[in-house]
Amino acid sequence: MTRGSIAIAGLGMTEMGKVYGRTATDFAAEAIALALDDAGLAMHEVDGLLVHGNLSPEMNANLQLVLGFRDLSVLSTMSAFGSTSATLMQYAEHVIGSAQAEVVVMVYADAPLQQGGSAGAAYAAERRVTGMDSLDHAYGFYGANIGYAMAARRHMELYGTTSEQLGAVAVAQRQWAMRNQRAQMRTPMTIADHQASRWVAEPLHLLDCCLVSNGAVAVVVTSAVRARSLRQPPVYVLGTGQAAPGDSRRTDREPGIHTGAAASGKRAFAAAGVGPGDFDLLELYDCYTYTVLVTIEDYGFCAKGEGGAFVEDGRLGPGGSLPTNTGGGQLSAYYMWGFTPLSEAIVQARGQAGERQVDPHELVLVSGNGGFLNYHGTIVLSRREP
Amino acid sequence: MTDGYGKPLPVPDEGSRPFFDGAAAGRLMLQRCVPCGQWMWPVAPRCIACMSGDIEWAPSAGLGTLYSFSLVHQVYHPGFAEEVPYNVAFVDLDEGVRVTTNVVGVAHQDLRVGLRLQAVFEPIAEGIFLPRFRSVA
Repeated sequence: MTRGSIAIAGLGMTEMGKVYGRTATDFAAEAIALALDDAGLAMHEVDGLLVHGNLSPEMNANLQLVLGFRDLSVLSTMSAFGSTSATLMQYAEHVIGSAQAEVVVMVYADAPLQQGGSAGAAYAAERRVTGMDSLDHAYGFYGANIGYAMAARRHMELYGTTSEQLGAVAVAQRQWAMRNQRAQMRTPMTIADHQASRWVAEPLHLLDCCLVSNGAVAVVVTSAVRARSLRQPPVYVLGTGQAAPGDSRRTDREPGIHTGAAASGKRAFAAAGVGPGDFDLLELYDCYTYTVLVTIEDYGFCAKGEGGAFVEDGRLGPGGSLPTNTGGGQLSAYYMWGFTPLSEAIVQARGQAGERQVDPHELVLVSGNGGFLNYHGTIVLSRREP
Repeated sequence: MTDGYGKPLPVPDEGSRPFFDGAAAGRLMLQRCVPCGQWMWPVAPRCIACMSGDIEWAPSAGLGTLYSFSLVHQVYHPGFAEEVPYNVAFVDLDEGVRVTTNVVGVAHQDLRVGLRLQAVFEPIAEGIFLPRFRSVA
């Protein structure tokens, strides 16, 4: 793979958040149309469609037929949960790099929110489970919040990390969200607000947890050569990486503390020929504040265990030395899994972020995370031609 | 004691019968690989260390340490409404397996990572016993 041989040429985002009465398919169609228009490409020029598999039953290869794409040379649904943005990009690198396809569209869409229903209810539908799997609910273990709470608790007990330090992540991202018209949460937030927000599962407050959103994001990827002839400034893909540490139930492993970000980051940094000190801004997967903190450690921006002290001085926010999740992220802007950090990275790398634009914005780090910190993906993006 | 137990009950099935039968008899039964001795949680189709299909159920000593825990405030099921906040815990068994459970008999403020724990078996419905953990101290 030649470094930077592919580039992002188009980005399409629908309205996101509490947008009711539309299906995932409908959102996906709009996002793809917007992304193609953004790139200045016509539908018939698309020869690859990569669908981000998520919890929507509509997100599969049938989207090709529903949307009317013809004569594709690449079509697939991929899912590694929240790390899928990187696995899709890695696959796109290979199919474009080997000339199997030239214009690849990748799309995330979902519509879990129902009018009158809570965000918590969106993904918490009761499943009929039996046997050992039925023990989780018998113990009161429901959903992601409790799993991430236990990872955060473990980190706190090992390293002295505090709830206020997690709060610093939430506050910094809210400050960014206040500068983003697309963000769902734009009212000011202080550490005191974070501390006063209700407990969901200790040590996680409500304001440690991400939003849930309806909507879609689509991204058009093509060869670097083709991208340079299109409407938008190309955003070059310098490297990608994945890691899935596994064995979360063996006591000699703890993926909640030592996450896949370490190995995934190393792979992507090596492919891109860069190190942690080279990045101008970070767009990190943020299902919870804790995810940001532990990802920063595992990428090597600070030592293991020092993430709390690293983030607490406002370093991640506007004016800070390491701008992170500059659109507000999934905590304050919109929840499109790995397409939240990816979309904001594209906007920033292009220099189109308006009042929240980070400068310089040459090199951007994008992460994805899924499961209970089980799956990780990394994308290194550059504004500059390699 | 089953009157008014409104929380979700586990649903024993063929694959988990040794676990629930063991709990009713006061034993914490886990899967173990016969050739390599790897213990497993919750259940696996083959050994997670060597992929052997030769798996048996064997009693754990039921001793472990508290890996982490959460005090859950959100009511995810009406059966827990009167109990919030309640704890959910991961316990690292001495056999090398991290199990999901609840800690009983320890006040919220006394829960600490590293706490030494022992399995206890609580009857929650006719014939169904749920393994939980209490402090050894």
